[in-house]
Amino acid sequence: MAMEITQFLLNAQSADANVRTEAEGKLRLFQEQNLPSFLLSLSCELSNNEKPIESRRLAGIVLKNSLDAKDATRKENLAKHWVSIDISIKAKIKELLLSTLGSSVLEARHTSAQVIAKVAAIEIPRKEWPELIGSLLSNMTDPNKPAPLKRVTLETLGYVCEEISHHDLVQDEVNSVLTAVVQGMSVGEYGPEVRLAATRALYNALDFAQTNFENEMERNFIMKVVCETAVAKEQEIRQAAFECLVSIASTYYEVLEPYMETIFQLTSNAVKGDEEAVGLQAIEFWSSICDEEIELQEYEGFESVNSTPAHSCFIEKSLPVLVPMLLETLLKQDEDQDQDDTIWNVSMAGGTCLGLVARTVGDRIVSLVMPFVEANILKTDWRAREAATYAFGSILEGPSVEKLTPMVNSGLEFLLNAMKDGNSHVKDTTAWTLSRIFELLHNPSSEFSLISPANLQRILMVLLESTKDAPHIAGKVCSAIYFLAQGYEDDDASSSVLTPYLPDIITCLIATADRPDGNESKLRISAYETLNEVVRSAKLPETAQIITQLLPVVMNKLGQTVEFQIISSDDIEKRGDLQALLCGVLQVIIQKLSSAEETKQVILQAADQIMLLFLKVFSCRSSTVHEEAMLAIGALAYAVGHEFGKYMSEFYKYLEMGLQNFEEYQVCAVSVGVVGDICRALDDKVLPYCDGMMTHLLKDLSSNELHRSVKPAIFSCFGDVALAIGEHFEKYIGYAIPMMQGAAQICAQIDDSDEEMVEYGNQLRRSIFEAYSGILQGFKSAKPDLMTPHATHILQFVELVSKDMRRDEYVTRAAVAVLGDLADAFRSNAKILFKDHSFYNMFLEECLESDDEQLKETAAWTQGMIVAAFSL
Amino acid sequence: MAPHELRRPFKRPAISDQQKRRDLSLIRQEKNRLDAQRHARFLASTVLSLQPPADSEIITDSNPSPEQEFELVEEGIEALELDVRQAAKLKGTEARRWFAKQLMLPEWMIDIPDRLCHDWYVLARPAGKRCFVVSSNGTTVSRLRNGTLLHRFPSSLPSGARNKGNSSSQSYCILDCIFHELDQTYYVTDMVCWAGFSLYECTAEFRFFWLNSKLVETGACDPPSVYHKHRFSLPTVYNCDQAGLHASYTQPTSYVKDGLLFYNKHAHYQTGNTPLALVWKDANCSQYVIDTDSKGQILDQQQVVLALQENGKLTTSDEPPVEFGCLDMEFIQKSGLQTGDLLKFSVSDRGLCFTDGKLEKADIQFISKSNRARAFADSFSKIMFQHMVRHSPLQIEDLFASITSSAVKDKEVTDEEMAD
Repeated sequence: MAMEITQFLLNAQSADANVRTEAEGKLRLFQEQNLPSFLLSLSCELSNNEKPIESRRLAGIVLKNSLDAKDATRKENLAKHWVSIDISIKAKIKELLLSTLGSSVLEARHTSAQVIAKVAAIEIPRKEWPELIGSLLSNMTDPNKPAPLKRVTLETLGYVCEEISHHDLVQDEVNSVLTAVVQGMSVGEYGPEVRLAATRALYNALDFAQTNFENEMERNFIMKVVCETAVAKEQEIRQAAFECLVSIASTYYEVLEPYMETIFQLTSNAVKGDEEAVGLQAIEFWSSICDEEIELQEYEGFESVNSTPAHSCFIEKSLPVLVPMLLETLLKQDEDQDQDDTIWNVSMAGGTCLGLVARTVGDRIVSLVMPFVEANILKTDWRAREAATYAFGSILEGPSVEKLTPMVNSGLEFLLNAMKDGNSHVKDTTAWTLSRIFELLHNPSSEFSLISPANLQRILMVLLESTKDAPHIAGKVCSAIYFLAQGYEDDDASSSVLTPYLPDIITCLIATADRPDGNESKLRISAYETLNEVVRSAKLPETAQIITQLLPVVMNKLGQTVEFQIISSDDIEKRGDLQALLCGVLQVIIQKLSSAEETKQVILQAADQIMLLFLKVFSCRSSTVHEEAMLAIGALAYAVGHEFGKYMSEFYKYLEMGLQNFEEYQVCAVSVGVVGDICRALDDKVLPYCDGMMTHLLKDLSSNELHRSVKPAIFSCFGDVALAIGEHFEKYIGYAIPMMQGAAQICAQIDDSDEEMVEYGNQLRRSIFEAYSGILQGFKSAKPDLMTPHATHILQFVELVSKDMRRDEYVTRAAVAVLGDLADAFRSNAKILFKDHSFYNMFLEECLESDDEQLKETAAWTQGMIVAAFSL
Repeated sequence: MAPHELRRPFKRPAISDQQKRRDLSLIRQEKNRLDAQRHARFLASTVLSLQPPADSEIITDSNPSPEQEFELVEEGIEALELDVRQAAKLKGTEARRWFAKQLMLPEWMIDIPDRLCHDWYVLARPAGKRCFVVSSNGTTVSRLRNGTLLHRFPSSLPSGARNKGNSSSQSYCILDCIFHELDQTYYVTDMVCWAGFSLYECTAEFRFFWLNSKLVETGACDPPSVYHKHRFSLPTVYNCDQAGLHASYTQPTSYVKDGLLFYNKHAHYQTGNTPLALVWKDANCSQYVIDTDSKGQILDQQQVVLALQENGKLTTSDEPPVEFGCLDMEFIQKSGLQTGDLLKFSVSDRGLCFTDGKLEKADIQFISKSNRARAFADSFSKIMFQHMVRHSPLQIEDLFASITSSAVKDKEVTDEEMAD
């Protein structure tokens, strides 16, 4: 029943597109018409040593893709298809796969190992391939089996362990698998290739080995072997062993104590003397330990002492030796590391780890690092100066503000001078350090303010001057200005010391953005984004004039982009990028100026021209819309309110385009947000556009293509539309409500153990509540009865959510508001409804006792509405 | 060597302003959505009960020079937006008149409600100035019954003072109070809005429950301090059964008593005169049972204040108004009186005649125009109560008797049911 498909597989890789497409079509047809035969044919191809390696390779890949996919729904479907195939055909395929492990062709063996793991992933939890483990283990125990087979068998075991849980096997089997792997790692047992494969297999099997790690004797043995492997003769094996140690650090942190001394020696030697690839893993081990301890420290606040896993303070205990080791790595810089974004070397890893250590131990790091800084900062060798600065910059997060502020205060002038250092690495790291200082320690409203009117002028002089330096340095200087400005953003004061310098800062940032080398090191992006932050943090009304003057400058620049001469697709891309940045600045200016009544006029007066510009930007592209322009239009609609109506006829087609952009889901999401803005701006004047918008929103919801993160926003948007058009929402009810009910059902089925899904579920539920709120309020005065058939469902949904302990405060607030809306809309009829669902009493009680003021207020309102309903 | 996927950003803190712009947009949209929904919620729950009567006389004034004292209220109370905007355009007297109309005015108890012991609360009314206390935007303002400003002061009510953490502009409160001069305390007799939420449409039962649980929480009942100039206090509210009535009538209080207040448990807060809140007095629990003159002397004859209507009719402040007589046009012209004027009359002894509880004849003599500070004519119940006080007062024993007989009646009903 297997078919000869070699030629199709070869043709599917042909350079000739016609040949390729035809062959792909035939293979797809075969797959659709007869999946069992198709899979069998592929495994025959893969296992047949007579066949060309090219067709065998592709057969293996197609086979793998027929069993597994990244997308969870598709993956589930594939598994279902496999399970439903006739058992004798499956047995034949599996037999062929296992036999391929013994093939003389390395690539075929390797591919087969991966396919076997995918079959195992489906079948082992279902107990449908009980003989697999035994069969693989016999390859290992039989001394007559050749080394290549043992190697690929270990590989297979590793992959299988990665796919399944140890609960899927009986403990004896788990033990045997690990014994085989660990034995493979032992010296002298087999050759270095088998040893490497075994070490990598262990890496894949670390989660699987959970029970064995709980047993002290077995753990001791595994750790002993890993540590031995970490000093193997071959670099690749050492690296693989260190990778195991990194993974063990995060998976089995709590049982590491007895091995730390040995591991410290191993990592220390590796950092000092081994190849860079091994050294990097050794540093990574300590970074992972820091991650664990930082997480434990953050966790401590929430959990009682008993349930918290033990914090072993490995970093604190190792400090006196760990810190010098890391400081030493800082001196091993690459010559060109600042120009090349892709470089990752020992000095960068070391600095990163030092930063994590600082976050782990706080103040204690300071006295260990400062002598190094002081000893090196003045040396003639640039490496010493750069390392000293990097060390200083790395420990700025973690220690207390009290400890750091005096240090930074006394070092600030030195750093400002170092922006004129003769070496660009030193300047680069200095600029980065300054930017971190402003990010982490600059807090104008606190008593430890770094910036005084006295030193601000000096700081700005240096920073503005340094924006003229090499792009990689200038970009970091922009970051420094960004964070300097950000410090004043949340400051409640009505005046900022930055104001007198604002014109100079803005001029300088625009000049930086205009630099011909602005696309190097993302300098132009940094300059404009810094400009955004400068505008956001500016205080109105004192800067009203400055920002008002900036508006035509930016509009003019955006206008110029439309006139650009376009020759290549590269030009189009460049223009699009620049338009994005300028639209971003415009958005921030619009939002800023419209936030105060006095300055809102400026936007209202310029609105026609601004809108015209955005429409021109849209017309630069044929099929897609510009996310940033869309974002800015939302801000404009909010600012101009009802007046926005006059732009709708021109703008509407772009809005539709945005709503249909499934591929760039961010664009779609932003467009959905703009629909909400427009609804609030136009109120019932939005009605003529609602049929179109609702159609697209409903299509978006039913699309499998569209990224799921957009869907909650769409439900919230239903609420916006309903609130704007009131009773006219009636005609959409028949479409919208089933979608909302369907989504509510999905929420109920969400896997509790998946944090990301839980969060998504919360977003979804909140948005469904917001939709109901909008609809109930929209109908309330004219047609409250339209929602009567859905009232019970809504209450049941609220009840379900109220009993879910994983709901977040936003869901809770939205849910409690819907209860009030129900009571408000149905008035006396609500009595009957609420009588049957007394859960609301407890739910309200919970909300009323909350510390969240907004929630309390909403709950109080709801309670009032319900009480009112009962008293009618 | 490829950069480490997790660690890489460390030395290159790429500021991602685009994400920040997206996030800020989302936050703005979220806030706008909440505001829009909130706005819709409040429109419904307050406009109905807060809409000022369509009296054109009080809305027509176009002079846009609101007294300074109104600015604050204008900014602060979003939920009362429609009404407050109109109010802000009004000049002094008329503005005061508008505010005066926002209070619930208990009628005087001239007969005893049926289910007094089941459906009513009772409390000892503190003696003092009846006022509206509004906290918003960091200040608290109190206004007398006639709308004039009493105090402007910082308080611990939500948004009642300009100190940190108390500044949500959404959050404002309206309390119905009596200011008791002696201890400079505001006794809260009702709660109209709390922390931005309207309680107009809630029953008295709920309002008192809420009042009791919320007021103490804010620290408003604490002794005065820098951010809290006047103490607020709650009179004890009793169920109007034998024990409750007895306690409110006889128990000593921290304040000077001025009669008893009765609230129907199921009634909403209703502006203007309402028979669902009642006041009753006798000499034991009030110094001011019978109207006195400015020197505190009891008047020989009962005096009433009535409003002059277009056709010369003299009416009470009730809705609908009760007619007490008529002035002839000649007299009106001669005395320079105008429609809407409040006029003081004396009632001759036994001057009011009733048939089946309805006023049949009133023998009244014109005295003068009333004091400018008056905002309303007397209500029918007030005139009646004063009349009864002078002739056949409703006594505390009558109240107790009504409760007892009601209890007996209940028992009879139960017995009958059981007999069935």
